Formats: sequence, structure tokens, C-alpha cells
Amino acid sequence: MPLSISLTINGNRHDTLLDDARATLLDVLRERIGLTGTKKGCDRGQCGACTVLVDGRRINACLTLAASVDGATITTIEGLARDGELHPVQAAFIENDGFQCGYCTPGQIMSAVGLIAEGDAGDDPERIREGMSGNICRCAAYPGITQAVLDAQRRLADDERVSA
Amino acid sequence: MPDTHTPTAPTASRVRLGSNAGQPMTRRDGVAKVTGSATYAADNRPSDLLHAVFASAGIARGRVSHMDVDAAKSHPGVVKVLTPQNCPSLEIDPDAKPHAFSWRIEVLQNDSVRYAGQPIALVVAETLEAATEGARLLSPTYEEQPVRIGFDGDAPYDPPAIGIGSAPSFTKGDIDAGHASAEYSTETSIETPIQYHNAMETHAIVAEWNGDRLTLDTPNQAIVMARGMFAGYFGLPPENVTLRSPYLGGGFGSKAVPIGPQLLAILAARMLKRPVKLALRRDQMFGPVLHRGATRQTLKLGTDADGRLTALEHHSTGVTSSFDEFIEPAANASHNLYASPAIVTRHKAVRADIGTPGPMRAPGEASGSAALEIAMDIAAEAAGLDPLEFRLRNYAETDPASGKPFSSKALRECYAAAAKQFSWASRPRAPGQMRDDVGRLVGWGMGSCLFPNPMFPAQARAVLRRDGTALVETAGADMGQGAWTALAQIAADGVGLPADRIEFRSGTSDLPDGGIAGGSGHTASAGGALYAAGSDVIAKLAGLATNDPASPLFGAGNVGVAARNGRLFRADDETRSERYEDILARAGLDEIEGAGSGGRDPANAEARAMFSHGAVFAEVTIDPDLYQIRVSRLVGAFAAGRIINPKLAKSQLTGGMIWGVGFALHEEGLHDTRTGRPMNADLAGYHVPVNADVPSVEALIIDEEDPYVNPLGIKGVGEIGITGTVGAIANAVWHATGARIKSFPIHIDALLR
Repeated sequence: MPLSISLTINGNRHDTLLDDARATLLDVLRERIGLTGTKKGCDRGQCGACTVLVDGRRINACLTLAASVDGATITTIEGLARDGELHPVQAAFIENDGFQCGYCTPGQIMSAVGLIAEGDAGDDPERIREGMSGNICRCAAYPGITQAVLDAQRRLADDERVSA
Repeated sequence: MPDTHTPTAPTASRVRLGSNAGQPMTRRDGVAKVTGSATYAADNRPSDLLHAVFASAGIARGRVSHMDVDAAKSHPGVVKVLTPQNCPSLEIDPDAKPHAFSWRIEVLQNDSVRYAGQPIALVVAETLEAATEGARLLSPTYEEQPVRIGFDGDAPYDPPAIGIGSAPSFTKGDIDAGHASAEYSTETSIETPIQYHNAMETHAIVAEWNGDRLTLDTPNQAIVMARGMFAGYFGLPPENVTLRSPYLGGGFGSKAVPIGPQLLAILAARMLKRPVKLALRRDQMFGPVLHRGATRQTLKLGTDADGRLTALEHHSTGVTSSFDEFIEPAANASHNLYASPAIVTRHKAVRADIGTPGPMRAPGEASGSAALEIAMDIAAEAAGLDPLEFRLRNYAETDPASGKPFSSKALRECYAAAAKQFSWASRPRAPGQMRDDVGRLVGWGMGSCLFPNPMFPAQARAVLRRDGTALVETAGADMGQGAWTALAQIAADGVGLPADRIEFRSGTSDLPDGGIAGGSGHTASAGGALYAAGSDVIAKLAGLATNDPASPLFGAGNVGVAARNGRLFRADDETRSERYEDILARAGLDEIEGAGSGGRDPANAEARAMFSHGAVFAEVTIDPDLYQIRVSRLVGAFAAGRIINPKLAKSQLTGGMIWGVGFALHEEGLHDTRTGRPMNADLAGYHVPVNADVPSVEALIIDEEDPYVNPLGIKGVGEIGITGTVGAIANAVWHATGARIKSFPIHIDALLR
């Protein structure tokens, strides 16, 4: 039986008639709404490639039934840059070569944005590595990823200081 | 690998590249990759798209006796179920091997099952959910036969070839005399497991027919070669197939050749006259898409009183499938690294009821190096020498296998730089001597790295335009190594323009063949072609200018001109120069075109041995009670000829070293010996390194000029990092605990004594 859900994705409201209650948030984003930036790596919450923010928290979109997040506010990789300007985490991933093939990168970046917002890792590389370890990078761009998160964290902290 | 192509240009033995190559440019595809706009195969959504899911065999040997096709077909949304009963045949038998890079694959040609996870049916539906459920509803039953798994399931045999067409054995010198003259004789046996590539992007395809033309969006490491192979299966001329692979979500050797599921999706699209998408599930990556074959290796080393090898003997048995052959060429790792008057290598093979192995990052080199470096460490210990000193005493000044001089070899500099950075000199010789500040055991080990420098035929085209920009193109493949960037840097230097003034086209089969992104040879091969194409078009432009009385370069034909930053300069008088735009405008041309191919001078290829080299030093910390092993520090130094982009090259090298961590500590494909089914076919059970596993990894790049390897002096950095590292970690574990490693990955129980 079709099911209507409403999602606010990257600031835009999407009223979606779900033709199949089994659809995951990941498959709805990719196959029905057409936001293919979020990637499927394992489809069972083991690799983190599908990480998105749901109401500000990082989650695995592949483990989330779309029907269960009706009414939620979702941020995907497509919604991070503002007016053509990269988010500091995106810019830091480029500068620090925090990726190679790029497939896990949307998930890494969303996870990094979530991690920084959680505020638990700060500028401690060990905590950053731990906090980013739900996101597998088979190319093993980990040194660059850690450096990118450190850089972005500093940049965001500076921005906050300036605006405070 | 073939080195058959003669470059059309340049003819100089060593080329001076311009201002683009050598710069640590950030990736040109960076913005696309961090914003989610880079389009991977499964991101394509043509209208009217159908979704396909294949059903995987639940047994490893036997035949499918029944499938509930009616149940699958009656599920809402399912539009087609393909089984051996109704699957059309291909123009080429999927069990034939028409090409050097062909594997025997499963395209529902019959009802037999030869490994667990083999495709046994394809379900096509309007949605992914319906296709998934339809495949589940097939509920196959089987007639099962006893399975053969591992080294002991079947009798070993002598394979006709190993790797891709390599000889299974090699002999140099008198090995018996070498052993007889040894002061110290050491022997060790090492097992390496099945490993799976597990690129983050599973093999995916979107297939769309338009009459007798076929468009494929699918990740591929050898775009033009694979296009021909796909076309052959469907009886099409290659030009009727367009293979688009702008980004690969990782490849590591698994994405060069067509696999069965891709062909099934293409067949379904043809039958249903609608585009079909198929993306393998993660568990389906553990069978039909190749893997690194398991090896059982034995090394016998003889060493004289001065610590010099008198004999180096390396035997390896590799496991292949019951129906095809790819034998991990592990023992060949002993051919080219250490000097020994006698070297013998031999390979055996064993058949098992598993999918066929294939090339996986440093095929042979990785597994063989792991064993060789442990054997060298044991020999060093026997001779009472520091492991680095032992390797220096056995430094090969010429290629041990062929006796030829190396085209270049800065391994000594690698040892020195990495050892210094690591502080190796302060290492106590005996094991079990070091603890960290919280009482964990600490060990230091090292290993040498080696990887050959194959090249593949590659072509490119360069067009100079009247607006002062250039179009440069080749069908290159970027699987993360950075082809979009490094190849563009070379292409820009080829046409004498800043990188932001060239349009670089790549990643699709309607461009000149960029060769194979494999063997760490893509930058050298495709890059050489791009540079040659640039040189060709610049020569044509120079011809226009030097023959034109209105040009400041008129008459400079004999002294020559140099191209730089969009201008041609007279070689002997740089005050005389002219912009490309002005030359073309006066000639009344909108554009001029050049072409080139990559390759190396066949005389150099014949005369010299060509390898990248390196050294890796590893520190492990081990919990004294739990024996949990952590690689706390890795330092590598690598000499790989000219480095086009040090930022990207370092990422390749550290990525390879971290693959070494995975090999040493994590990765292991396990099969149930009773059923033959994989026991850990997901990323929770098949462990790969995560960020927390690699706290400190550093790759140093050692300058190396190589005038022989190819005109640009490029070697390769994609695979060498995994060699050396595995052994270095195993040797560090010994240094921490006194336990010698007999199998990979290193499990805690190996340390309990």
C-alpha cells in the first residue's frame, strides 16, 4: 500500500509517495529522489558510505527505512556547499587529499561534519581517527582524512570565534 | 607485459617536462568528488530504467535442481526472470578464453554450480526492492557434490603458466652448490589467505541498447580493451559499444575484465528493450569478481659467514578454481631483489571449488614479498646481523635474475632515508627488548619493496585551438590513483600550456586507447602518449611559424623552438617568441591536431631491468596480556623515477602501505570446508583497515632520474607500497615477541606460546 512521507532534504521539502514500504532512506534518496551523491557500499551499516545527517545526527541511510524518518530534516552531500562555496570540510578534504577514488567521500565528509558538530573529538587526532572509523576507505586515504578533519575543525572553530 | 610500442615523439632519451608536472596539484576532480556530483556507474538513471538482482548459488559444487520461478515472476513489479532455461546464448562461449585477459565466467550457460555465490538466475523488476524480493523467492534447491576447499582438498599439479602467462619456474646458478656452501641454512614456510579486492564501489552496470548500439556505464580499468571484449560477447563491432567509466570507486585489479553479472544485465536490457541497472551486493563481491589467491610458500636460504646469500629458493603453491587458472606468482618476488649466485623459484597449483582468483594490487609481489622479507629476517638473525645491514650486504647491483643493469635503482637511498626517519639505528638486535610507557611490547621490523615497471600500449590526441587552449584526450581510467590530475599535468606540459588552459577528456571508450590502469603503469603509458601527442602538435605548430616570414620564429627550423606557457620560443634566442593564437590566426586555422603513442625504447627494454624500489620500517605495539597487535608507526621511502604529482603519489604510497597493514593483520577470506560457502562475506566479517588502525603512516619520495624506463622517466607508485610493508610488520611482531610468523593475517594465537 503506497505510503506518503515528507522529508526536508537540503532545505527543500520532498513529499514522496513511497510505492514500497521496504525502501530504505538510501534507496529513496538515490533511486526515487535522484540524489545520487550518497553512496551504497555495503547496504548493511558496515562501511559508512551512505552517511547522511538526519536532524543533525550522522546515520547510515542504508539501515534506515525511509518510512521511519517521515518529517525529518536531512542533509546530504549535495546540500553542504552554500551558494557555490564549499563547506570547510569539503575544502579541507580537497586540500589534504583526503580521498582517492572518491566513492566513500560523501559519507566521510558527512561523518566528519557530524563528528565536528558532536564536539567530542576536538583537535585530538586519535579521537578523530576513532570517530571516523565507521567510515571505511578502501583506498586508505586515512592520513589525509584525519588531517582534513583536523583542518576543518580548526577552521570552523576560528569562524565561530570570529562570529561570536 | 608487452613493450611493443615505439613512441612517435619525443625522441630524446629524457624529456624536460614543463611547469605542470612535478607540482603537488590538488585533484582536478576534487570538487566533483566532495560535492557528490561525480557520477559513478550506479548513479546513472536513464528513463524507463529496470533494476536487476542476481540470485547467488548457495552451494559450492553441484547443480541447481529447482527454482521457484513462478513465485518470483508473480511478485509485483518483477518483469523477467532469467535462468539457464531461457537465457540467450552469447556469441562467445563464456567458458572460452579468447583474450589474454579473459576469465571463464558464468552467464547462465547451464545449471551447474562451481562455487558458492555464482550467479544462478537474474531477476529484473521495476524497482530494486521488487528485484531483491523476487531473487529471494526463487528458493533454489540443489544436487550437491562434495567440495574441495583450501590447499588440501585436491592434489597439487604443475600449472602451465602463472599470473598472466608467466613461466611457473625459474633457475639461475647451482642451487645445490649454493646450499652446500652455506654457513647458515634457514627455512621457513608461510601461508597467505584468500583476499578480496572489496572496492568501496561494488561492480555495477547500467546497460542500454539503441538498436545494435550498446551504451555501458560501468567502472573499468581498461576501457578500450574491455569495450572490445564486451562487444565480442554480443557479436558487435567494438565501435558499436560505448563504455563510460569516468570514475571508478576503486578497482585494485578487479575491474579490468567483463564479469558474468555485467553480461547478464546487458542480455536483460536487450531482451526487455529497456535500460537495466545491476549493482552487486557486498556479499556478491566474494566470488564472481576475482580475488587474491591463497598461497603456501616455502623459502630456503643459504648464507655465508659474511652474511651474503649463497642460495635463494622460493616455492609457492597457489589455489585456483576448479574450472579456470590464475596462480598467484608469489615466488617470482625472489627474482629481482637480492643478489644470490643461485636462485630457484617453483610454482605449484591446487584446484578448489571457489571463484577464480585474479590480479589484486601487487599480484604475486605482495604475497611473495611478505614471505621473502620474513625469510630474509630469519637469515639475518641466523647470521647475527642487523636486518638492514643484512639486506645491504645482499644489495643487488644488477638484476639477479637477468644480470642486466637496472635502468635506475635508488634503493640504498631509500634504506638510508627511511631508516633515519624511523630512528632504526637505536634498535636493539634481540627480540622482546622494548616496551612503551604503558608497558606494551614494542617491536621494530623492516622490509624491502620492489615492483616492476610494465607499460601498456596507449594512444592520445592533442588539438591546439585558435583561442590558445588545447583539447587533449585519451581513454584513461581514474580509480583513485589520480589519472584526471596527473595525466592532465603531463598533457599540459606536452602542449606547453598551464593545466587550466587545457581541456582533458578521459574515461570513455570513444577516445584514443589509454591502455590499462594496472601494473602501476598507467601514468607512464597514457602519460607518455599524451606527451607524445602534445609534442606532435607542437611540432606542427612550429612548422607553421618557422616557415612563415611574418613570424618572429621564421627560419628557426634548424635551431628549434621550445613551447612554454602558450608561446613558442626560438631555442637560441628567447626574446623571439610568438603566441599559439597568433600563429594559428595568421595561418587561417581554427585548430591543428597531433597524435602520439606511449611506450619505451625497445633497445632500452632489452638492455635493462626496470623496477621501482623502496624500504618500509614498521613499529608494532602489542598488549602483553591480550596480544592485541597495533601498527603504531610506518615509515616508507620509495624511488619510482619521475614523480608527476607528489601529493597524489604519496597518497598512493601510503594507501599501499595501509593495504600492507590489512594483509598483515586483517584480511582473510574464509570458506566453510564442509559446504564451501564463504563465512565472512561482508565488511563486518572481512576486515580491512579503518582509520583508527593506522595512526602514523609516512611515505618519503626519493629523487630518481631514469633515462631509460621511458621518455618521461616515470616508473609507478600504485602497488609498491604493499610490498615490503607486510614483511616489515611481521618482522616487527617477531622483534616485539620472539614469535616468527607462519601465516597471514597474524592472529593473536600465533603469539601465544
